[in-house]
Amino acid sequence: MTTLQRKDVNPIAHLTPEDIEAIGRELDAIRDEFIAKRGEKDATYIRNMIKVQRRLEVGSRAVLLFSLFPPAWIIGTLGLSISKILENMEIGHNILHGQYDFMRDPKIHSTTWEWDSASPAEQWKHSHNELHHKYTNVIGRDNDLGYGIMRVDEQQKWVPAHLGQPLYNFINAIFFEYGIAAYDLELGRNLKTKKRRSNPAFRAALRQVGRKIRKQAAKDYLVHPLLSVPVGLAFGNPLGAFLGTLSANAVASVVRNLWSHSVIMCGHFPKGVETFERTSITGETRGEWYLRQMLGSANISGSKLMHIMTGNLSHQIEHHLFPDLPASRYAEIAPRVRELFEKYDLNYVSGPLVVQVASAWSKVFRLALPNRKPANDIDHSIPPRPAPAETVAA
Amino acid sequence: MPVTQTLRNGAWRVVELLTTPVVPADYLDVIAPLRNPDVLRARIEAVRPETAKSVTLELRPGRNWQPHQPGQYVRLGVDVDGVRLWRAYSVSSAAGRPGGTFTVTVNAVADGVVSSYLLNHARRGMILTLDLPTGDFVLPARRPGKALFVTAGSGITPVMGMLRTAAHELPDAVVVHSARTEEDVVFGSELRDLHRQGKIRLIERHTGADGRLKPADLSELVPDLFERETWACGPGEMLDALTEHWADAGAEDRLHVERFRPTVLVAGDGGTVAFERSGISTEAPAGVTVLDAGEAAGQLMPSGCRMGICFKCVLPMREGIVRDVRDGSVTTVTELDEPVLIQTCISAAAGPCRLDA
Ligand code: FES
Repeated sequence: MTTLQRKDVNPIAHLTPEDIEAIGRELDAIRDEFIAKRGEKDATYIRNMIKVQRRLEVGSRAVLLFSLFPPAWIIGTLGLSISKILENMEIGHNILHGQYDFMRDPKIHSTTWEWDSASPAEQWKHSHNELHHKYTNVIGRDNDLGYGIMRVDEQQKWVPAHLGQPLYNFINAIFFEYGIAAYDLELGRNLKTKKRRSNPAFRAALRQVGRKIRKQAAKDYLVHPLLSVPVGLAFGNPLGAFLGTLSANAVASVVRNLWSHSVIMCGHFPKGVETFERTSITGETRGEWYLRQMLGSANISGSKLMHIMTGNLSHQIEHHLFPDLPASRYAEIAPRVRELFEKYDLNYVSGPLVVQVASAWSKVFRLALPNRKPANDIDHSIPPRPAPAETVAA
Repeated sequence: MPVTQTLRNGAWRVVELLTTPVVPADYLDVIAPLRNPDVLRARIEAVRPETAKSVTLELRPGRNWQPHQPGQYVRLGVDVDGVRLWRAYSVSSAAGRPGGTFTVTVNAVADGVVSSYLLNHARRGMILTLDLPTGDFVLPARRPGKALFVTAGSGITPVMGMLRTAAHELPDAVVVHSARTEEDVVFGSELRDLHRQGKIRLIERHTGADGRLKPADLSELVPDLFERETWACGPGEMLDALTEHWADAGAEDRLHVERFRPTVLVAGDGGTVAFERSGISTEAPAGVTVLDAGEAAGQLMPSGCRMGICFKCVLPMREGIVRDVRDGSVTTVTELDEPVLIQTCISAAAGPCRLDA
């Protein structure tokens, strides 16, 4: 973990390689224990969550038929926002991680689930489950880190374009689902050269996203608004009804985007979270992989409701250690993980949402400017990668 | 009517847009799980104990159900501790019941995960997943003049379905049934009633006291047995013995058997992994993942992280048994299950495996 070694204070200087493997074994033991516990309780939990979300969504959309009237607009928008958040975070994200594949229910399975997001589940699974979770916080490998548009570590080279990063980050937060779709497509990289632009795999993926966005937009900004028109006609204001529902849907989507962006930013950005150099992960052992997850993630503390609304990503550390365990178990697992951090004298980064969001944002601002001290020598080049394969599954 | 057809399709597409990215039926599932046109389900309407170790479930099937023929079986998907497991059960009710319900009778077998779960946990209102009735262990439309049924234990279940439907259409029916004791006879009183009413001739054998029934004994009990169209259902050894007996007499076309394969898979170390579509098959030793074994054998395998977190390497296993190399947990898929998607990068064969790839 060379990056850490070049830091002024190396957070793992006190660990021997044996310690690191011992941590790996202890974490495996925790995993085994919870794999054995997995069962009916988890199946019931996710089924109920889906039920609650669908009822909330249908209810809110029904209220929004009357979006012409401000109280209905407010209640409907609020309900729809919550429903969209639940759908993305506690349901979609977790099912797409394969957390509920063990149930053998083809309806609730990582291979069949599709979520309410601009990014098609299949593409997201590749960039998130495979790239982000395997290469967590490895600069140049893990696109979640700054989404390829921001400077996230003192040791990355500063260029004047970084001055704009608070603005990019804010815009990204508002249009987060589209940002994710763009970065699943590796849009920046793939639009660069003509050859990449015309790669059939990239074009197929682009069409897939286009189809998804068209359907999503038609639902929220055309069909549902049109459904409120008859109510509008009855009260002599069809346009108001149409626009009321349209704006409610847009607001709910933005609320969901801002919320998930904040939660996700809290996962790997706040103070105390480490980033890693590309070369530091060659030949990584299981113990070292676990350690990188421990040092590269941060939690959000709060109430049970808070955990549910973040899809339990408030337990980001536990999620990164055990991404395929049902998320509703992370709260039970957390004390055990925390004990392990204490035992090996590691920094368990956790704090209330506001503090973590502020910390992440201050980092965004701080790194928009050049460092006061010169950076240590770090390899922050983007590694060359083979062109994407010619075929892509439909 | 192409115009109305087009209109209807168009309208349906709008409805689908309303619910995208899921389908309208997914919302309906929340209130009416039986109405889903894509997933066949059944609701348990009543639970009736038969003997100490067997229970009859009355099931109301959902949309797109097709009525059974007496003697056929259905596969039921039961969520046991959160995991959906499939088992086959004979339909024990008469065909064409008013109200559209049907019954299956479940016998708890030793180590039977699903049967003991249903015996202890089946409740009115519970939803099960269901498959259409299948099997050719049925009575012909032209009922035979002389019929014989040889059953043992829970083998009486499909035959009960036949008798309940058609006993009055069978002029001469003999039922030879073995069970351990008198109390263990499933549908005992109903069978005895049929006997008393002269609809069947029932020969009961209690193996606890009289020992197992041998084919030779049968010839004594039913002297004209080879003249009879015969249906047999019970344990494998009994069916093997009967098949041999009938073949020896040159009467094999008259014997119809129904086997319920034992579905016990025992985890061992390593096994043959067969990729059915490509025809590649390879010996995978213990500890070697299916992904590595397949690649070494020249099978084109999907993969991603190769450490169990991305789920890009999953392939459907039709039948077999694998062990998770990280935690040692075992996944079994029997012939009756729906294929199970396994993560090939962390699964090692623990017995023979058949993959759909
Ligand atoms: S390759 Fe990623 S889970 Fe198997």
